[in-house]
Amino acid sequence: MTTETIIWLLPLPPLLAFFLIVLFTNRHKAFSHSLAVGAAGLSWLGSMLVFVRALGVPEFGKEVFESAINWLPTGETWLKIGVLIDPLSAATLFFVAWTVLMIFVYSIGYHNFGQPAGNHDRPGLPPHGATIQDEKGHKHSVPSIEPMYSRFFAFIGLFAFGMYTLVVSNNLLTFFIGWEIMGLCSYLLIGFWYGKESARDAAVKAFMTTRVGDVFMLLGIAFLYSATGTLSFREIFRPEMLHALATTATPFFGLSAAGFIGLLLFIGTVGKSAQWPLHVWLPDAMEGPTPVSAMIHAATMVSAGVYAVLRMFPLITADFSGHALTPTMSIIAFIGAFTALFAATIAVAQNDIKRVLAYSTISQLGYMIAALGIGAYVAAAFHLIAHAFFKALLFLGSGSVIHGVEHGALHTGEHLDANDMFNMGGLRKKMPITFWTFLIGGFALSGFPLLTAGFWSKDEILADAFGHGHWAVFATLAVAAFLTAFYTMRQVTLTFLGEPRTQAAEHAQETPWTMTLPLVVLALFAVGYGWVGIPEDFPLIGGLLPNWFHEFVGGTLAERPESLPFNFLPLLTSLVVALGGLLVGWLVYRKVKSPQQDRLQIPLLKNKYYFDEAYDFLFVRPAYWVSETFTYMFMDRAIIDGILHTFGRVALWLGSFLRNYFDKPVINEFIGDGTGNIVKKAGSSLRRIQVGRIQSYMLASFIVVVLFAVLYYFLIGGV
Amino acid sequence: MSIPLSWYLILSAALFSIGLFGVLARKNAIAILLGVELMLNAVNVNLVAFWRYLEPAKMAGQVFAIIVFAVAAAEVAVGLALIISVYRRRKTVIADEIDLMKW
Amino acid sequence: MTPVQIIFLLCAALILASALMVVTTRNLIHAALWLVAALFGVAMLYAILDAGFLAVVQVVVYIGAIAILFIFAVMLTRREMRDRGPQLRKDWWLAALLSLLVFAGLAFLLVTQPGVNRSAAVMPEGLDTLGKLGAALVSPDAYVLPFEVASVLLLAALIGAVYVAASKK
Repeated sequence: MTTETIIWLLPLPPLLAFFLIVLFTNRHKAFSHSLAVGAAGLSWLGSMLVFVRALGVPEFGKEVFESAINWLPTGETWLKIGVLIDPLSAATLFFVAWTVLMIFVYSIGYHNFGQPAGNHDRPGLPPHGATIQDEKGHKHSVPSIEPMYSRFFAFIGLFAFGMYTLVVSNNLLTFFIGWEIMGLCSYLLIGFWYGKESARDAAVKAFMTTRVGDVFMLLGIAFLYSATGTLSFREIFRPEMLHALATTATPFFGLSAAGFIGLLLFIGTVGKSAQWPLHVWLPDAMEGPTPVSAMIHAATMVSAGVYAVLRMFPLITADFSGHALTPTMSIIAFIGAFTALFAATIAVAQNDIKRVLAYSTISQLGYMIAALGIGAYVAAAFHLIAHAFFKALLFLGSGSVIHGVEHGALHTGEHLDANDMFNMGGLRKKMPITFWTFLIGGFALSGFPLLTAGFWSKDEILADAFGHGHWAVFATLAVAAFLTAFYTMRQVTLTFLGEPRTQAAEHAQETPWTMTLPLVVLALFAVGYGWVGIPEDFPLIGGLLPNWFHEFVGGTLAERPESLPFNFLPLLTSLVVALGGLLVGWLVYRKVKSPQQDRLQIPLLKNKYYFDEAYDFLFVRPAYWVSETFTYMFMDRAIIDGILHTFGRVALWLGSFLRNYFDKPVINEFIGDGTGNIVKKAGSSLRRIQVGRIQSYMLASFIVVVLFAVLYYFLIGGV
Repeated sequence: MSIPLSWYLILSAALFSIGLFGVLARKNAIAILLGVELMLNAVNVNLVAFWRYLEPAKMAGQVFAIIVFAVAAAEVAVGLALIISVYRRRKTVIADEIDLMKW
Repeated sequence: MTPVQIIFLLCAALILASALMVVTTRNLIHAALWLVAALFGVAMLYAILDAGFLAVVQVVVYIGAIAILFIFAVMLTRREMRDRGPQLRKDWWLAALLSLLVFAGLAFLLVTQPGVNRSAAVMPEGLDTLGKLGAALVSPDAYVLPFEVASVLLLAALIGAVYVAASKK
């Protein structure tokens, strides 16, 4: 089978799994998860095959795997759609395949496959545990299986289809289709437990916010199509096309066509990757089950936003000459750096284990965006993939922690919030595998030197910022890195270190192999992945391994970006912020036992700078006002219904007018009854001729005869 | 000069008129039939006068008069039979009282 | 004034006076008898007109049968003795007016016809009117058909009168 055929088929298994589960196997839980995991496995196999083959192609980047078909006739030409695997998408395919498969396997254990159905579980709410009796008649509570088990696998199957479509597509149209399918699945999966009002609201919020971004992205795509007549990446990125776009001016803010389109497309990423100001949906999206948070909101969907900017990098940098940043790139860099710091400051005040990770995701995505804004293509791609691995690991780990604490809560019968870190503590002894893998992930996130992938990727970004002289970006990202390490260590300390603070944490248990195996696999990647991107001039170990990543992914661009010469300052900075942040976090939080002792619980940070309230005031309430008062009350009921009612009243008035003034008097009485009366009167008067007396009849007839005779004689004349 | 034809004709006209008056003005049904007889006789006089004065050689006039005799006889017989029948039913021969065909 | 004319005038006077009495007299038997007188006068007229057979037929049929029939009918319907009281209807004047008009009209029409004052045609010598009348009545190319039809009519009248006047009990 040719590589192109495999690439075409990659999105197919998860889609088939979705349809089959929805139509046929919804009631059979084992069948459903087998279908889903099997499909993910098939796609994983195909992706690995493609990746290996891509590795084998020399000068991959000039040579790509591409295949297109004519799809939509547009006058003389055809709009083509197809698949493309170049170095960037090959690397993306690699991590997408792995993380998707791991998360699918994890979901089996997360949703408690094999456990009995709950006591009063109903579809739409999280499962609450079942009571079982053992041989001695003792009753105890155990976790119960998710009632909507198959539905979950169907949805994540559809989601996987969307992500694969986005990664393998060679044109903006199918890219956008995959983008939107993932947006839909995000809505469906955040609102998976639709019985909870908070979940429903979060789903709508996510969809609405990303929609704002998507509208601008669609405008960008439309502008691009009208400017170039094509949506295919390879055609847009031809040098002459890019040059034409870079030199065409638009009436918007003095941007060139390339810059303006890039800006519009970037706004789509702002929505999808939860950058400021469209970041508000991601923390609320933690209402969904943890595999959802891991997959959609850590590893794949939000990564798709960064992938979009990576893809369109040639367009965004079309008028970049390597010195001063273009306006578009400045905006991108600003938003990225600002978000990185902004989200990190909020993360330090969150108590929910998943919220911390959510803000962490926003912050790390900001890193990548900032890197792209300053032109560090390879560094951004490197960090994207590393982040996908360790963030997925962290989320799955947090899910494991929550499950363990819930298990403990079922034992003790406590009702507590299993997500709250202040209800945990000491879990390193109770859940060792989770602890060690979570620690590896946390260190990777903080950028623990040498051993973790996060160090290598973050260091690259800082080096690039420093090397090209973007001091503001460098400083912001450095502070954000410090805060990242700080809150990560805070999280690890509160959750795993110290002594259990609640009975539930005391009785927590390690989770089954379906959940811990993915953790281990992802931890391996979180450690080993960094070593494929060690810069050549790194002291001591620089030349041991080639900077394969730089060579491979850098080949995507028309001109391979040059590696920067090594500088000590960024390295030192990243070492200081990483290790310093970890140390400070551990020192402060090993003594903090309750939220009251935590001095960072500042209301401003806890309430996320009141952005939600601001948006509610600025956008949501006016929207409600427009729809309820303006459109509904005023336009619809008063004006439109008023017009219709007026028509009704006029018709009614006209009808009764005609009835009372024309129909009744004229037609009924005058014509109808009138003729009747005339006939009656005529009849009653004429009937008196019928006297029954024959002599009267004869008299009458003779009179007439005489008259006729006279008339005849005088008129006609003669006899 | 003998009797002009016009005398006969005026006589028959007068007789006819008198008979007409009897038919129209008498109460008793039998009296009405008497009037009818007068009228028939007037007609007969007319016929015979014309026969004699115009074509005495042809018998058409007399034959016609004979037929009129027969018809008059038949009519009187049936009419009187009817009147007797009505008299038996309604105990009256006043024409004005036999008005069942009234509205 | 020739004698014939005088006889005619006397006959005419008889006829008209009797007719007037027929239609005005109160007593019905009298009316029937006056009818007999009128019919006699008409018979005399036939005789003047050289229609001797008709005169005899007039007397036999009309007076002998029809007038007698009238008298029988009057007698059979006398129970109510309705000869008292006025014999004419309320609107007899309208009938009189109408009769006068009819007479006037007829007379006027007759008198204005040309040739109305002619004298009698000459009767051929030796004309056997009776024989010819008989032959005319039964000869196929003469008037046998009306004769036969009149016979049927008389038969029908006979049966009808018998049936109608028959007493139902």
